[in-house]
Amino acid sequence: MLKKYYIPRLIQYFTVLFIGLTLVFVIPRLLPSNPVEHQLSRMMSQGQYLDPSAIEAMRETLEQLYGLKGGTFEQYIDYFKRLFTGDLGPSFTQFPTPVMTLIRQSLPWTVGLLFASLSISWIVGTVLGGIRVSFPRSRLARLIELLIMGVRPIPYYIVSLVLLILFAFLWPVFPMSGGYSMGVKVGFNARFILDLLRHAFLPILSMVIIEIGGWFLQMRNVASNIVEEDYVVYAEASGLPKAKIVFMYIMRNAIIPQITGFALNIGFIFGGALITEIVFAYPGMGYLLYSAILSGDYNLIMGINVFSIVGVSTAMLIVDLIYPLLDPRVRYQ
Amino acid sequence: MFRVIRDLYVNDRRFTFGFTVLVFFVIISFVSLLSPYDMRAWNAVPRYLPPSAKHPLGTNSIGQDIMWQAMVATKNSLLLGAIAAAISRVIAIVVGLLSGYKGGIFDRIVMVMTDSFIILPMFPILILIATILRSSLNMVVLGVVIGLFGWAWDARLFRSQILSLKEREFTRTAVFSGLSTFKIVLTEHLPYVFPLVMATTINNVIWVIGMEVTLSMLGLSNLNTPTIGTMIYWALQYQAIFLEMWNWILTPVTICVVLILGLYMLSTSISEYLDPRTRLQMIRKG
Repeated sequence: MLKKYYIPRLIQYFTVLFIGLTLVFVIPRLLPSNPVEHQLSRMMSQGQYLDPSAIEAMRETLEQLYGLKGGTFEQYIDYFKRLFTGDLGPSFTQFPTPVMTLIRQSLPWTVGLLFASLSISWIVGTVLGGIRVSFPRSRLARLIELLIMGVRPIPYYIVSLVLLILFAFLWPVFPMSGGYSMGVKVGFNARFILDLLRHAFLPILSMVIIEIGGWFLQMRNVASNIVEEDYVVYAEASGLPKAKIVFMYIMRNAIIPQITGFALNIGFIFGGALITEIVFAYPGMGYLLYSAILSGDYNLIMGINVFSIVGVSTAMLIVDLIYPLLDPRVRYQ
Repeated sequence: MFRVIRDLYVNDRRFTFGFTVLVFFVIISFVSLLSPYDMRAWNAVPRYLPPSAKHPLGTNSIGQDIMWQAMVATKNSLLLGAIAAAISRVIAIVVGLLSGYKGGIFDRIVMVMTDSFIILPMFPILILIATILRSSLNMVVLGVVIGLFGWAWDARLFRSQILSLKEREFTRTAVFSGLSTFKIVLTEHLPYVFPLVMATTINNVIWVIGMEVTLSMLGLSNLNTPTIGTMIYWALQYQAIFLEMWNWILTPVTICVVLILGLYMLSTSISEYLDPRTRLQMIRKG
C-alpha cells in the first residue's frame, strides 16, 4: 500500500512542484525583455529625471531584489532557498510590503469562493448526474442535461460577464463589485454576513454553473456502467423503492471516481476562480493579480505564480492522500 | 471521409448544428478579407451610430463599423486557435506516441512530467509570460505561447491509444521487418490515432479561444489586432455596458458563445462516433 500508492503520489507531488517552480524561474530569463530594464524604463517614462549613477544604483538594487545577481545557477539555488523560507520578496508598487503579506490578505476570499463553489457544484452535479442515469426516459432530465452541457465549454470570463450584465446591471438585485459594502461594520453579525453573501452570490453562481458540467458528465459516464451491474438489476427485481436504488446502489458506487476527477481539475478551477474575481472585482488573489498586471508589479505576479503552484499541487496531494480512506477497494489492494 | 461527414450531418443534430456554425464562421472569415475599412484606424466611420442599412450592427465609440470589426475578429480568433492547436497537436502526438510505444522508464519520466503540466495552474503562468512579452506580443507569438501549454491532456489520451495498438500483430510485423521506432509510430500508428487527433483539435481550439478572450480582457495581448477578446476589451474600456450600447458589447459575446457551442457539439458528436460502444447504441436505436 505504502509502496504502491503513497510513494508514487509523493514523487508526483515533488515533480509538479519542481517543474512548476522551475518554469516560473526559467520563463522570465528565457524571454527577450528584462524585467529590471522594463521597471527602470517605466520609472523614467513617468517623467522622473535620474542621473546615470542613480540609475546604476537602482539597477543594482532591483537585481538584488529580483534575485538576478550572479550566475544563473547561483540564482536558481538562491531562488529555492528563498522559497523555503517563504520569502517572495517585496511588492514593487506598494514598496516595502512583502508579497507574502498581500497574498495572505486576499487568500481567504479566494479560498472561500473556491470552497463554496466546489461544494455546491459537486453536490448538485453529482446528484443530477445520478438522476439522469436512473431515469433515462425523463424529458426533464434530458432538458437539464442539455442546459448543463451547453454551458460547460463557455469560458469563465464570458459567463461571469453575462451574469454581471443580467443581474447587476439590467436587473440590479446584486452588487456589481467588491467583497462587502462600504460602511458595513466588519464583524460576526447578521448584517455583515448577509452583505457578504450578497456580494459572493454572483461570483459563486458563475463558477458553479460552469463546474457542474464536469461533475455531471463524469457521474453520468460512471453511473451508466453501474446501472447495468447485476446488483442493481437484482435490487430492481426485488422491488426496492426507486429512491433507495438511486442513492444507495447507484450513486454510492459512482461517487468515488468523482474525487479523482477533482484532483486533476483543481488547477483549471483555480484559474477560473481568479478570472471570476477579476470580473466581479472580488478582493481575492485574482483581483490582486489583476492590480499587479495593471501596475506592472512583476514581483507580485511572480509571487502569485509561486503561491498558486504550491497551493494547487498541495491540494492535489491532500486529495490523493485522503482517497484510500474513502475507497475500500484501493485500501485493501 | 466525405460519406462519414454526410451521414453524421443527416443523423446527428449536434453535428448538423456544429458543422453549420463552423462553415458559417469560416465563410465569414473569408468575407472579412474584403473589409472596406482599415480595422486599426479609429474614426473611419461616424461614431455612436445605431444599426442601419449602411452599418448593419451600428458603429462604436471609437468610430469603427461593428459588423466588419466582428468579422475580422472572428477570422483572427479562428486563426489564433489554428496556430495554437497545430503547435500543441505536434507536441502531444510526439510525446504521446513515443512515450506509449517506448514504455519503460522513458514512459514513466515523460508521463510524470505530462501529469505535472495537467495539474499546474496554467492561467497565472500564461499571465506571467504575457506580462513580460507584452510589447512584442503578436498573433503568432501568442499562438505559440498558448500552444506550448495546451498539449498535456491530449498527449495522455494518444498514449493510451498507442498502448493497445502496440500489442497488435502488425506492430510486430513492422518491428521484425526492421522499421525504425520513429517510422513505426509515424506510419503504422499515427493513422489509427488520427481521428482522435481531429476531435481533440476542436476541443483545443475551444480552449485557445477562451484563453485569448481572458488574456485580452486583462489587456495582455496586442490590443490593436481585432479578436473576439480585444473587441470585448475595448467595449468594456469605453463603458459600453453603462452606455447601454448592446450592439457593441453583445456582438463579440454572442459570437464567442455560438462559436464555442458549435465547436463543442462538433467535438462531442465526433468523439461519440469514434467510440465503438456508443456507435453500437446508435445502431440499436435505429
